[in-house]
Amino acid sequence: MLAFALKRLALALLVALTVSIVSFSLLRLSGDLAQALAGPSATAADVEAVRKAYGLDQPLWVQYLAWARQALHGDLGTSFFFKEPVAAMIAARLPVTMTLGVSALLFALLVALPLGILAALKPNSWVDRLALTLSVVGQALPSFWFALMLMILFGLKLRWLPISGTASWKSFVMPAIALGYYGMPTFMRLTRAGMMEVLASDYIRTARAKGLRAPAILLKHALRNAIVPVVAVAAVQLGFFLGGSIVIESVFALHGVGYLGWESISRADFPVVQAIVLVLALFYIVLTLLADLLNAFLDPRIRVG
Amino acid sequence: MTVETFSGAERILEPSAGALLRRRVFGHAGFMIGAAIILAILAAALLAPWLAPHDPYAQDLTRRLVPPVWDAKGSWLDPLGTDQLGRDYLSRLLFGARISLLIGFSAALISGLIGTGLGLCAGYFGGRVDMVASFVVTTRLAMPVVLVALAVVALAGGSLHIVVAVLGLLLWDRFAVVTRAATHQVRQLDYVAAARATGCSTARIILAEILPNIMNALIVIATIEMANAILLDAALSFLGLGVQPPLPDWGLMVAEGKEYMFFSPWVIAIPGLALFTLVLAINLVGDGLRDLAAPENRN
Repeated sequence: MLAFALKRLALALLVALTVSIVSFSLLRLSGDLAQALAGPSATAADVEAVRKAYGLDQPLWVQYLAWARQALHGDLGTSFFFKEPVAAMIAARLPVTMTLGVSALLFALLVALPLGILAALKPNSWVDRLALTLSVVGQALPSFWFALMLMILFGLKLRWLPISGTASWKSFVMPAIALGYYGMPTFMRLTRAGMMEVLASDYIRTARAKGLRAPAILLKHALRNAIVPVVAVAAVQLGFFLGGSIVIESVFALHGVGYLGWESISRADFPVVQAIVLVLALFYIVLTLLADLLNAFLDPRIRVG
Repeated sequence: MTVETFSGAERILEPSAGALLRRRVFGHAGFMIGAAIILAILAAALLAPWLAPHDPYAQDLTRRLVPPVWDAKGSWLDPLGTDQLGRDYLSRLLFGARISLLIGFSAALISGLIGTGLGLCAGYFGGRVDMVASFVVTTRLAMPVVLVALAVVALAGGSLHIVVAVLGLLLWDRFAVVTRAATHQVRQLDYVAAARATGCSTARIILAEILPNIMNALIVIATIEMANAILLDAALSFLGLGVQPPLPDWGLMVAEGKEYMFFSPWVIAIPGLALFTLVLAINLVGDGLRDLAAPENRN
């Protein structure tokens, strides 16, 4: 197990390093950063001055090494726009994004687990069909549009929920739904399949034969085993939610990391963009690593094979 | 050295959760419904200049935000109403279909070429090549796609070509994973050994013996990536960093209508429904093709 874990850790570090190099190069090479910073009305001399001032005239690898050396010491650079340290800006907005990501995950699980269990107990019942139809529709909905439709319904017509800001927990309800519904079908299918398999197994038959009551069997014996694959997938899904929160954050004006990224792109504030790409990638890498280790811990075949 | 270096492989290979659900809802009628919708949208896109009642770019500031025909204040002059600049919404919707289809198709083509190439090499040569390819895929999956796409499009400029190129260069991971696994299976079959024994070159074996046999899987992935590219393009345009006005991109239409959505909800409802219908249809066709390609899974 230890050798497996160390191997995975090394791989994760290598991936993180590569992501930082690739994203750094992408952001530097896909356009003239000095021109974007100076603005469309700047003269050629202004653009050159900006290029010198921010060190953009140096070779790419020199710029990367300088950035990477600072990043390793926890210094993610200074925002072009706010003149503040980027690390502090991101840290200040991280709680909003984390809250959004975790509540999206909770929403997906809260809907998917009961529906998956019901579907496994009574396949093809009306509950099963309703849940299926909802998921099929959900998969094809553009998330930003779904978010706007929620706003019109719950924010304007029914006036149940605020349409922007982060004042109370109510502000996170619609964003969590809009972000979380996309992960729902995966969890539902995993739960449904897992439950059906477990319910058909011998030890459940034994429990029934011993005369245990149905809810006890369902919760204590069946669910505990059926839920294992869901946990690992949930970790990876959380990584996707954090990375994909940019669209939802900008629709609801939630001032999280994604919103900061969007604003910074519009302002050509690239130290911030670069740092956010790295932070989001790190979250994804760490969560996948955890999911892999968890899987290997629960299923010895993976670490040997 | 095998799949274990890349843990996402198994998950992507199986039919997705959504695919299984859709199959259970629509059954085999799904393919026909999806295909009919796509053909209708394709026809609308191709015939847009003849079908559209007005010029999609012609503004009429005296007729702004006119509701659709089913509203009491609507009229047949603009069957789906007009937008905030008085442009006919039906005409913009028809021309917008061209953009969505073009972006979906071209991005899937580019990502298909990259992903298939990578997957063929990884699956056929195995060993170190496979390790490097798996690493490249893992790295790509760790990059936050929306953020990177937004940043690159913002720097390089939001033309149609750039958006297509960026999406194509980002969405190849599924192609690579599936091609790699399929190639790995096929290369152990007897007819590949026979081709090798008769002295065929490696390039010939890969292109003439292996590629045709994994084509079915690739077409299914192409539908998934097409749907993905269309949704991602709409999201980029919606955030104002994708294709630029006055193009009638459906995502852009939602973005432009956002300010007016509380009093004129149809300005965002109509383009959103169009996006939804197209993506649902593509998903249905993809599921249907998967069934046709693998008869053993039909029950």
